[in-house]
Amino acid sequence: MIEVKNLYKSFDGREILHDISTRFERGKCSLTIGSSGSGKTVLLKSTVGLHKPDSGEVWFDGTLFNQAGETRKKELHSEIGMLFQGSALFDFATALENVMFPMDFFTDMTREEKMDRANFCLQRVNLTNVNDKYPSELSGGMQKRVGIARAIALNPKYLFCDEPNSGLDPLTSIHIDRLIQEITQEYDITTIINTHDMNSVLEIGDKIIFICQGHKKWEGSKEDIFDSGVPELNDFVFASKMARTLISERNR
Amino acid sequence: MIRQFFIQTGRYILFMEKVFRRPEKWKITARQFIQESDKLIINSIPLIALISIFIGAVLVIQTAGNLQSPFIPKMYVGYMTRESLVLEFSSTMVCLILAGKIGSNISSEIGTMRITEQIDAMEMMGVNSANFLVLPKIISCTLLTPLLMLMSVFLGITGGYLTVLFTDVIRIADYIQGIRYWFVSFFITYSCIKTAVFAFFISSVSAYFGYYAEGGSLGVGRNSTRAIVITSALILIFDLILTKLML
Repeated sequence: MIEVKNLYKSFDGREILHDISTRFERGKCSLTIGSSGSGKTVLLKSTVGLHKPDSGEVWFDGTLFNQAGETRKKELHSEIGMLFQGSALFDFATALENVMFPMDFFTDMTREEKMDRANFCLQRVNLTNVNDKYPSELSGGMQKRVGIARAIALNPKYLFCDEPNSGLDPLTSIHIDRLIQEITQEYDITTIINTHDMNSVLEIGDKIIFICQGHKKWEGSKEDIFDSGVPELNDFVFASKMARTLISERNR
Repeated sequence: MIRQFFIQTGRYILFMEKVFRRPEKWKITARQFIQESDKLIINSIPLIALISIFIGAVLVIQTAGNLQSPFIPKMYVGYMTRESLVLEFSSTMVCLILAGKIGSNISSEIGTMRITEQIDAMEMMGVNSANFLVLPKIISCTLLTPLLMLMSVFLGITGGYLTVLFTDVIRIADYIQGIRYWFVSFFITYSCIKTAVFAFFISSVSAYFGYYAEGGSLGVGRNSTRAIVITSALILIFDLILTKLML
């Protein structure tokens, strides 16, 4: 479980996050939603330590992450998998080498063992025959899958995904969403996903947190999202035709 | 501007502290060192060879043209060519050329990794990205660029020899006598030290500007240019300082 308490973050005097507190449960997909520029990515990066919060606390299963020592932080990082918005695969490495990269650093496995594990991870995300391909030779969807394979290579306890569906067609988006959900349940991971895709919310969201201009405006389940009573969230949710159709069918 | 200078210098020192931490695994650093040596140094050989041969050839013609007095022995053409190559061209000029070639390569490569979040991905895994990406480049450049300098001296002298062979500026015997005349081996040591210092600046300053690139592809380009300008200035300043200290 990850718990964020009273998190504040600003850049050059401009406040991006204001007093964010929430909890992300284990074995569940928690989705942070909000329009572009609302502060979702900053929240995600502040939670994993890529940004240093101005104040507030981030707890990873009883460890206060932002005040942990270098060694403990390193241990925690090896328990975190992260899928970046643009996949962030290493250009200098093939798909297989990308997945093996964290194993090179943090395990004493032999090359054969690492290759077996990397092949297993690639197969788990339904990728075959891409081992020797460089990221530039892969489609957006394939890159995301390799990114997920790399994120789960070390059996993480926590999985962070920053807009996993951006730039993907609807069908591939659904596949990626389901894959993340399956992995979350299969390995009992605490998964946090940033998205502004309502399909994802309705498909895999166990818990939804709505961020607007750096403030947490609402949190709850996907079943309650239509009755939130928060005008900003209603504007966001009902911008999607699918959501409008769903709610009109429910009211009928 | 002075404030900016101190901010950048402080950040550079902190960056170097991160770069020179003990690597996670020396085996990975060694593998990276071999790859970087191939990419940065071996790939620079053709360019440096071409420039050195032609500069050596031109030096002979220009020196011969300026030594018209019958009281000055013609062998001084060879001697002055060698001294120009050893003392200044093959160290300072070659490093200024490498600042453009290697410097822009390092800065744009690391800068692109920064803006595409590849560096964030490494940090997320708990990998010291500065150490993994930059240390092998610095070691490779600092250790191997002096070898490029020695090659440049040899090829420059060869270029001069070919000019003497195919033209009639001076006799071959005079040129060879000049090349062998009053050889001070310390000048080679001095040049190697200068080159190693310059190569350290080329790799570390370029890596620094790449590492802290921001503002998309335009930012990467801007920082690449800045890296080359600052490295070139540092090379010229330290050329003066080291020459004053060592000669």
